[in-house]
Formats: sequence, C-alpha cells, structure tokens
Amino acid sequence: MIAHSIFFYTFSIIAIVSAIMVTASKNTVHSVFFLILDFISISCLFIMIGAEFLGMIMLIVYVGAVAVLFLFVVMMLNVAQQKNQWFSSEENSKHIPVGLIISTLIFVELIIVVGGWKYKPDLFDINNSLELAKVSNTHSLGQVLYTDYIHVFQISGMILLVAMIGAIVLTFRKRVGVKTQSYIKQISRERSDGVSVLNVESNKGVKIDD
Amino acid sequence: MTEIGLGHYLTLGAIIFSIGIIGIFLNRKNIIVILMSIELILLAVNINLVSFSIFLGDLTGQVFTLFILTVAAAEAAIGLAIIVVYFRNSGTIRVEHIDELKG
Repeated sequence: MIAHSIFFYTFSIIAIVSAIMVTASKNTVHSVFFLILDFISISCLFIMIGAEFLGMIMLIVYVGAVAVLFLFVVMMLNVAQQKNQWFSSEENSKHIPVGLIISTLIFVELIIVVGGWKYKPDLFDINNSLELAKVSNTHSLGQVLYTDYIHVFQISGMILLVAMIGAIVLTFRKRVGVKTQSYIKQISRERSDGVSVLNVESNKGVKIDD
Repeated sequence: MTEIGLGHYLTLGAIIFSIGIIGIFLNRKNIIVILMSIELILLAVNINLVSFSIFLGDLTGQVFTLFILTVAAAEAAIGLAIIVVYFRNSGTIRVEHIDELKG
C-alpha cells in the first residue's frame, strides 16, 4: 500500500507540473512535449489503478497519434518562434485575474463536491472482488464493448470516418500547373483508341494520318 | 495520507481540469495551445470516469472513456485541419488577431 501511494504521488505530481508547463511554456514545441509527458504519466496511473487496457490505448492514441499530429502541425506552421508569453505581456494582463478567478472557483466547487461525497460503507469491496478475480480488464471490456455497447461503438467508428473525410476535405487544395493522372480518362480508354493492327505490305510503309 | 482512495484521483482530475481552464483563458498568442488545453480537460474527465469505474466496480466508465478518446482524436484532427486552413488564408494563428467576426 505504501508503494501504491508513492507511485500515485510521483505520477500525479509529474502530471500536474507538466500540465502547468503545457499552458505556461514559451515555446509551443515544448508545450507539445509536456503534453506527451502528461499523457504518459496519466496512463501510468491508469495502469496502476487496474485499467491497463485504457492506459495502453491512451499511450497509443494520444502519444502515438494526437500528440504527433500536434507536433506535425506546430512544425509545419512554423509558429514555434511565436512566443507564448501570456504572463509577461501587459495588454493581456486584464485576462489573467478573470481566468484565475473562474478556474479557482471551478476547482473549489469540484473539491467541495469531492469532499462532501458520502460513500455507502459496503460500496467498494463487494464489486471489486467480484470483478477482479475472474477475468482480466481487457477481456471484460471486450465482453461489454461488443455486446451491450455495439451501437455506440459503431457510431464512434462513424465519427472517426467523418473526421477523416472532413480533415481531408478541409486541407485539400488543387494546385495549378502540376501534372497528374486522370483516372477517368485512363479507365474509359478503349482498345480501338490506342492500338490498331495494320497489315503492312513490304516496301510500301504505313501512312500515319494525323 | 497513505491510503489512496477515490478522493485522491478525483482531486487530481479537478486540478488538471482547472489547469486546462486557466490555459484556455490566459492564452492569447497561440491557438494550438488552446487545443492542447481542451485535450487536458478531456484527460481530466477521463481520469474521473476511470477512477469511478474502478472504485465502484462498474465497467461502463471505462467504455465511455474509450468513446471520449475516439471523440477527442476526431476533434483534434478537425481542429488542427481548421487551423491549417486558417493559417494558409491569413498567415497567423495569434488569438487576438482572430476577430474578424467581431463577436
């Protein structure tokens, strides 16, 4: 139990510090790297708490896809040199108290909700021993995901498809002066358009009419 | 202090959520950092869902965390595509310059 608390505090302190650095770092590339560190430490927390499938999926999806996408866009737009100095510029200083007040208010409300939470005394130990003893986390998630939540699962697949098509349509642009294949022309080409077999007599040659 | 319970995880989620809110409010230079703050907020929601799911022994929270992950990935892709198009059109992504709608 002592190791559990040591790991929890280590990973959560890393997560909180890197989350602060995401918003406060001057360089956008550093922000992306701190975001990656944040995701890694939170997924370590998930694995430690017993949700190992979600921890691994977070590593794959967030660190492998989303953060790399962020990094790609930051480097492609060349905005790493635009300094992100919200705490030192004076024309933005009127936003700082408003944001601090609102976020502190939200934080205090959340802490009040957490602190005022009353648990039933037999809430935790009954279900946990039932769930954890039989099958692994991934197995039980798979049993629920493809039976009870199959429609939601397919709808999330549709969301991914729409997002993929939308991203392609948004960023697609036609370039002028670039030679490309015309698939319609290639497919609709027939044999009679291209090749004709001639019976050439000797010493006569072929007349090409064009 | 040494017994890590549900309250610890909920507090961690609350802290990361508040940091995300601060990031949205205080960032005036770079809209990509605002997208990253939104990712932080979704991460805090995921922490809450997973910790409730584990401590209450109900798998529904983890299933919905999976769907939140899906929607977050789609949102990041669409948001970054919009940013790329906007940068191509206007040459900047500074937040205080994106005021053409005068809202």
